[in-house]
Amino acid sequence: MAVDYMKYLRTEKLPLYWCPGCGDGIVLKCYIEAIDELGWSKDDCAMVSGIGCAARVTGYVDFHTLHTIHGRAIAVAVGVKMANPDKHVFVFGGDGDIVHIGGNHLLHAARRNIDITVVLINNWIYGMTGGQHSCTTPPGAKASTAPRGSYEPTIDVCKMAIGAGAGYVARGFAGDPKRLTKLIKEGLDYKGFSLIEVFSPCPINFGRRNKLGDPAKLMDYMKSFLVSSAKAKKMSEEELKGKFVTGVLHKDESKPELTASYKQLVEKAQASDEFWAKYATGRLTDADRYKISREELKGLYPYDVETPLKEWKKL
Amino acid sequence: MGRIEFMDANAAIAEAAVVAGLGFYAGYPITPSSEVPERLSKIAPEKGIPFIMMEDEIASINACVGAAASGVKAMTCTSGPGLSLKQEAFGMACMFEVPLVVVDVMRGGPSTGLPTRPSQGDIMQARWGTHGDHPVIAVAPCNAQEAVFETIRAFNMAEKFRQPVYILTDGSLSHLHTKVYIPDPEEVEVIDRQPPEVEPDEYYPYDYNYEIPPLAPWWTKDGKSYRYHLSSLVHDKTGFPTVVPKYVQWLETRMMNKIMNHLDEILKYEYYKMDDAETCVIAFGSTAEAVRVAIDEAREQGIKVGMFRPLTIWPSPEAQIKDIASKVKNIIVAEMNLGQYVLEVQRIVAGQTPVYNIAQMTGTLIRPSQILEKIKDPSKKVELIMSEEEIKRFGGGE
Ligand SMILES: Cc1ncc(C[n+]2csc(CCOP(=O)(O)OP(=O)(O)O)c2C)c(N)n1
Ligand code: SF4
Repeated sequence: MAVDYMKYLRTEKLPLYWCPGCGDGIVLKCYIEAIDELGWSKDDCAMVSGIGCAARVTGYVDFHTLHTIHGRAIAVAVGVKMANPDKHVFVFGGDGDIVHIGGNHLLHAARRNIDITVVLINNWIYGMTGGQHSCTTPPGAKASTAPRGSYEPTIDVCKMAIGAGAGYVARGFAGDPKRLTKLIKEGLDYKGFSLIEVFSPCPINFGRRNKLGDPAKLMDYMKSFLVSSAKAKKMSEEELKGKFVTGVLHKDESKPELTASYKQLVEKAQASDEFWAKYATGRLTDADRYKISREELKGLYPYDVETPLKEWKKL
Repeated sequence: MGRIEFMDANAAIAEAAVVAGLGFYAGYPITPSSEVPERLSKIAPEKGIPFIMMEDEIASINACVGAAASGVKAMTCTSGPGLSLKQEAFGMACMFEVPLVVVDVMRGGPSTGLPTRPSQGDIMQARWGTHGDHPVIAVAPCNAQEAVFETIRAFNMAEKFRQPVYILTDGSLSHLHTKVYIPDPEEVEVIDRQPPEVEPDEYYPYDYNYEIPPLAPWWTKDGKSYRYHLSSLVHDKTGFPTVVPKYVQWLETRMMNKIMNHLDEILKYEYYKMDDAETCVIAFGSTAEAVRVAIDEAREQGIKVGMFRPLTIWPSPEAQIKDIASKVKNIIVAEMNLGQYVLEVQRIVAGQTPVYNIAQMTGTLIRPSQILEKIKDPSKKVELIMSEEEIKRFGGGE
């Protein structure tokens, strides 16, 4: 069945901000397909992004959307989710945003296994600010801050997220949208923290500078770093060096989800004797509990009760 | 009928936040503010309020902005170094125009500074900590009981003006246990954000027809869902980024005006024995309590002195300070830093009256005796460091 993409977009905000050949649009398409397949109402979805080209996505999708500050989208999303545990909360952003500056929030959201889905566009570069190298730029690749090629080691985001405790971790590729949709859908549906890293081309700031300007050529180049999980099983560690495995890399159905754990804590607190005495039955009066009467307090400057209350009412 | 308990100002703020309708708390521990989350971690689950200790101060305030945007009342709490970390997201809260309460229990700085000692070192950080132009509301209670009412007022102002509000206390006030009355929500006025009158498809979060556009909760109780966009970039009425000069100017000036046009609802201050005063001491927070003692003593000695105490520090009570300047011979600003609020007073007084300063940054409270000395001779430099005898009495000489 054909997906009505326009239903999920703020069409009055089109055309999209992205350069021709940018992978961000493909990922957005897969993302919408995944939500459509899940049959979720737009009203139940909240999307948070930080700053960067990929982060511009929140302006275009017709959910509850927050376009926040650089690197902090996951932290903001944690607040949205904690306050609204029954809603779907997602994060969308680039490698610079989510891994480089925002890495700490990624680690801790993964550890907490809070039910948020992060779609991470890994284009190996800081797109928006003009192609500076990021923590995912392949060693030797050129960037505006690495004119002679980057000399820094990179990070395997998926391994990091698994290590930190994320419940669902997958890696997809903008050049393989069918599979990507599936991975995103599974991640969205997972009750816990899910990260879907997507290799996606930035022909303007990565491709051009590395003489791979043609988006198709850049796709092929990116693909040369990728190995499917089925194929990876048959490869030795030596052969896998410098490669990135795609597919579902980790899924833990047993790990408790954070907002569910908090709900249990609330239930426990509200079932306690203390709670019943304090809030539910009113068995203990305040006078019993504190042995100080209002009368006693009168005239005790400045902790006199009546005066501040009167003062307050005057406001 | 509320209840009475023995607690410090940190706990009082936590209790008052619940009275004001707290809907989300995120924070990161730092002395001398940690009793706020400690108390909340106990009472929040009892009330079903989400409570989370985040990975750092940056994450805490960002989580609060997310929760606040979605429709609940959020609060975070910190101290000096933590406040520095929160500044960028505080600016985002200003730009989003979401209600938010940020408690800052001031300690000495710069850097890690004096973690366990009081100071009033964040007066200017609260006003100018972020980049760009935006208004700030900051309140400074002087005792735990007042902290209760100022906390409720802070939440109310945040909701009413779609604006983050600071509560500035200090390491001394926050740890001084006293009897505190915690009112019931029914006893006080609790303001919630103004809901929109239009249907979701006609709603704009920055509608040009308003000075303070209504901020729709994302999910209303009657099942309506307001889907809109908030951007930390300068935005048009839809919340979408814009660079059109007309809209940029509109947003920036409206953000200032929505506060500056409502000073009578925001400013709160106390005049103490000011009727016939020839000298006015301006002080806030716990310093004001020492000033009060000094003034009582000075009055006994026949000196005509009074105090002006701003409870709302930002925006400044300009008209009130100007008025004082036209009536008194001397103004003394007493504060636990090397001279921050005095700059604001000097700006307002503009040379009309001499402005003197007791600026003590010793990690100890300013003593009434020091203030009395200054009142007797405002131009005299008061010895701030403890005498040998005092060190023997109070310790802490090394
Ligand atoms: C605190 C802060 N530091 C730096 C910036 C500048 N900045 C804007 S976007 C960006 C990088 C975005 O790169 P990435 O997240 O990889 O996204 P892309 O543009 O490649 O999609 C940076 C550094 C900022 N906005 N805020
Ligand atoms: S700069 Fe790169 S990442 Fe940004 S929109 Fe253009 S192609 Fe995409």
